[in-house]
Parts: sequence; C-alpha cells; structure tokens
Amino acid sequence: MSQLLTSTPHRGGLPAPVPTGPVRLHINGQTQTLQLAPWTSLLDALREYAHLTGTKKGCDHGQCGACTVLVNGRRINSCLTLAVMHEDDDITTIEGLGTPDHLSPLQQAFVDHDAFQCGYCTPGQICSAQGLLNECRAHSEAEIKELMSGNLCRCGAYTGILNAVKEVVDKQ
Amino acid sequence: MYPFTYSRATDVADAVRDKAGHGASAYLGGGTNLIDLMKYNVEQPAHLVNVAKLPLSKIEDLPDGGLRLGATATNADTAWNEQVKQRYPMLNQAILAGASPQLRNAATNGGNLMQRTRCYYFYDIETPCNKREPGSGCSAIGGYNRIHAILGASEACIATHPSDMCVALAALAPTVRVSGPNGERSIAFEDFHRLPGELPQYDNTLTEGELVLSLDLPEKGFAKNFTYLKLRDRHSYAFALVSVAVGLELDGDTITDARLALGGVAHKPWRDKSAEEMLKGQPATAETFGRVAAHVVANAVGQGSNDFKIELARRAIVRALQQATEGKQQASDAFLNSNP
Repeated sequence: MSQLLTSTPHRGGLPAPVPTGPVRLHINGQTQTLQLAPWTSLLDALREYAHLTGTKKGCDHGQCGACTVLVNGRRINSCLTLAVMHEDDDITTIEGLGTPDHLSPLQQAFVDHDAFQCGYCTPGQICSAQGLLNECRAHSEAEIKELMSGNLCRCGAYTGILNAVKEVVDKQ
Repeated sequence: MYPFTYSRATDVADAVRDKAGHGASAYLGGGTNLIDLMKYNVEQPAHLVNVAKLPLSKIEDLPDGGLRLGATATNADTAWNEQVKQRYPMLNQAILAGASPQLRNAATNGGNLMQRTRCYYFYDIETPCNKREPGSGCSAIGGYNRIHAILGASEACIATHPSDMCVALAALAPTVRVSGPNGERSIAFEDFHRLPGELPQYDNTLTEGELVLSLDLPEKGFAKNFTYLKLRDRHSYAFALVSVAVGLELDGDTITDARLALGGVAHKPWRDKSAEEMLKGQPATAETFGRVAAHVVANAVGQGSNDFKIELARRAIVRALQQATEGKQQASDAFLNSNP
C-alpha cells in the first residue's frame, strides 16, 4: 500500500489548514525528523525547518543553481524537489562540506581565487562543483564551463570560479 | 502552490490504483517540470503519486538487440550509460545538450517525455491560453512568439515541445511502454506526442492514468554517422530555438538509410519521414542536403517574431546533415563524448 500523507485539497477561498507529517531526513550526517507539509520543497525544509541557511533561494524555479545541494553525492536543485521525496537519502549542504577552521578543498580554492563578489551564489557554486568532482567528467576548462553552466553568478565572478574549480580538478 | 496530498507508490499497480483513486492527481518523477508548474499554479493536482522510486530505473539489453531505458532512470544516468554512449551516441549528445547537470540528475526519462511547453503564455496564468484553459484563446498568436512553432501548429496553439532528448528519440524511433487502468500497451514514439489541432490541452496520446514504464530502443542506433545540432540564444543551459537530430547510413558517398528530426519547431518532436525518403539513395552532398532542407521547411509558417526560425531551420538541417556525414558533433558539446 502507498504511504499517505493526508491533507485537505483546496481550490480557492481561504487556505486549508496546513497539515504536516513527520519527514525523516539525513542532512550532513545527522538524522532529523521535521514536521513538513507535502509541498515543502527540500530547499525550504533545509532553510526554514532545519535552519541550515547556507543553501540559498535565488530564482526558486531551477534556473539559477543557488539552491544546489548534494543528494546521495549528486547535485540537484533543491527548489524543484519536495522534502518528502528524500526520506532515506543522504543530503549534503554547504554546511556539510567543511568548517570555518577546516575548509574543504573547493571552499579554500574559492577563497584563494576570489571566486565571488556578493557571495549569494557561492554555496550553490561550491556544492555544484563538488558534484562535478564526484562525477569525474570535467577535465578541461571547456568541460568545467559546460558542466558548471547550471550555476549563474550575477556579479560575474566566473573567471575566479573557473580557476578555483580547475585547481581542485587538476589535483584530483 | 495549492495544497495536495502525497503518496509514494510501492509498485506500478499500486501507482496506477492510487492515482485512479484520486481525482485531479499526477504522477511525480523527478519533479523538475511538474513542481515548477505547480509553483506557478499552472498545474494544480490535488494528489501526487511519487513514482520516482519504482523499480523502473534499469537500462538493460532487450532480446531483439535493442536497449530498454527505464522510465525512472535519470537523464544523467541515461546519457552517461555505456551502452547509450556506444550504441546510441545521438541520444547521449541530445540529453547533454539540454538543461543543466543538476536538472539532468533529477529529471527522469518518463518525465522528459511528459514535460510541457515553455510557452510564456502557458506559464502566465493571467493570460489566455488554450493549452492551459481550453477555449480561452491563444495569446502567442499575434503576441510575442519568438520561441514558437513554425510547423504543424493550429489556430488554437503554436506552442513547441521543449525537449532535446525527445528529438533524438524521434530519430531513433523507440516504442514507449506504458501501463494504466486498462493494462499495459506499447506506443510508437512518433505516435506518443501529438499536434495541437483543436485540442492543444493534450500533449500526448496517453489515456487517463497511464504511466510510462520504459523506452524500448530498436537495435539500429546510427552510432557512426549521427549528429545532434542545437541552436540557442546562449552557449549552454537554454532551450533550443531549432535543433536537428540526424542519423545516416552510408555506402561510400551514397545514403542508404536516414533519420531526420527537428526540435523547437513544433508541438511535438518533428520527424520528417518524407525527407528521410528523399535522402535515401542520394549522394551525401551539399546539393542533396539543400534540396532536402528546403523540402522540410516548405510548409513552414512564421508567426512574426519567429519568422527567423524558418531560415534557421533550413540552414541547421544542411549543417546537421553535413556534420553527420563527416561523423562530427557540434563543437561545444563534442568533448563530452570523448571522455573515458
């Protein structure tokens, strides 16, 4: 039988009461059970319920990449997926990649190469670049550019981002 | 987004039964298009049946020499699958030309077929749209229609199908295996998507409650002389204005078999069988390609802002046929195929 999270479907008029259910998520190595509505995106669950605000909401429509996180090691847009779809998945956010005292190699490379200006896209850029490293399919600059094209940078820090990712790719 | 109930199906029969038991319901795969449309209130399902974790993610050999692509295999896993890369490289190239790595990691093969048009009026619920609200009118006709159809459109709808993957599939001609309340059946890929006619609300020929199980590719993959040419406003991460999938078989300079399909130009992936017949037996020359390209766009109709697509499509067909003859890919994407 299907597992059913119950809510009251509603069309127009006053919003229905928000029914929530327990959703167990493994985030950055820790298991948390959050009370979520079925329509809560993974992005909103991370930011508003797990209070991990490193993951950013840019466009909220899968067009900018700011919300990129790793699910079972693979990068996805957390805005276009529901939290309830990810019970039993391993979710890694920017908070799970390094600490202020022990930056991940990508985080250090972004600092060294001045790979940001305002920093809003940076968590998504780094999570996406970590996914790129996990995939092992980007070697040349052209390949890195193509396989980082899902992350936009409004400040135009692309040159630094490319150099930072390239440095870590070359060491891989 | 409107509230909805959610369930996760345990098997195909459970999914079909669950969906049938709820009125305005939808199957949920990767969610990359459906959830986006729900955020815009374009789609308003009262119930979602998550089918993403059904055991339909395998890519496996078929007894007839073909290859089965499971409906819940992601676009990324499909593109990078060794069998796909070696036997159906046109499909590898088309998938990698679309979306971004993040989206391809989430999007499923079934969902790629089911994705809806990116017509801006379809997305904007404040404007009339016959596809979203039948009978309300088409805002794109007489409106801004740069991304719209030049072939097979109707007075009710000039939307285009946005997929890259489906253009290569149109050329490779798999069958689509589906299951629904009335059992299982197979649909030829060319019959899966439809032209808008007077019923643009229907993108495809699935009946209520049917779920895509797999795409079954035939053995013939055109792995030597193929190309997927995609022309768009920016180098990456943009929908096609015009795309062309070509597969050729050559005996010396003579074309013995051909497949030709276009994307970004019609309500469905636009395979032109008459053009394929014209190519057969002809020398693979610029003269042949020019004649065939002119034939493909002979009945094309511009809507104003998209008039440029007619000439763009004609030139793209010539270039794609040349690339396929030479066994070359579009420069920007070729490297993705050379990786170990």
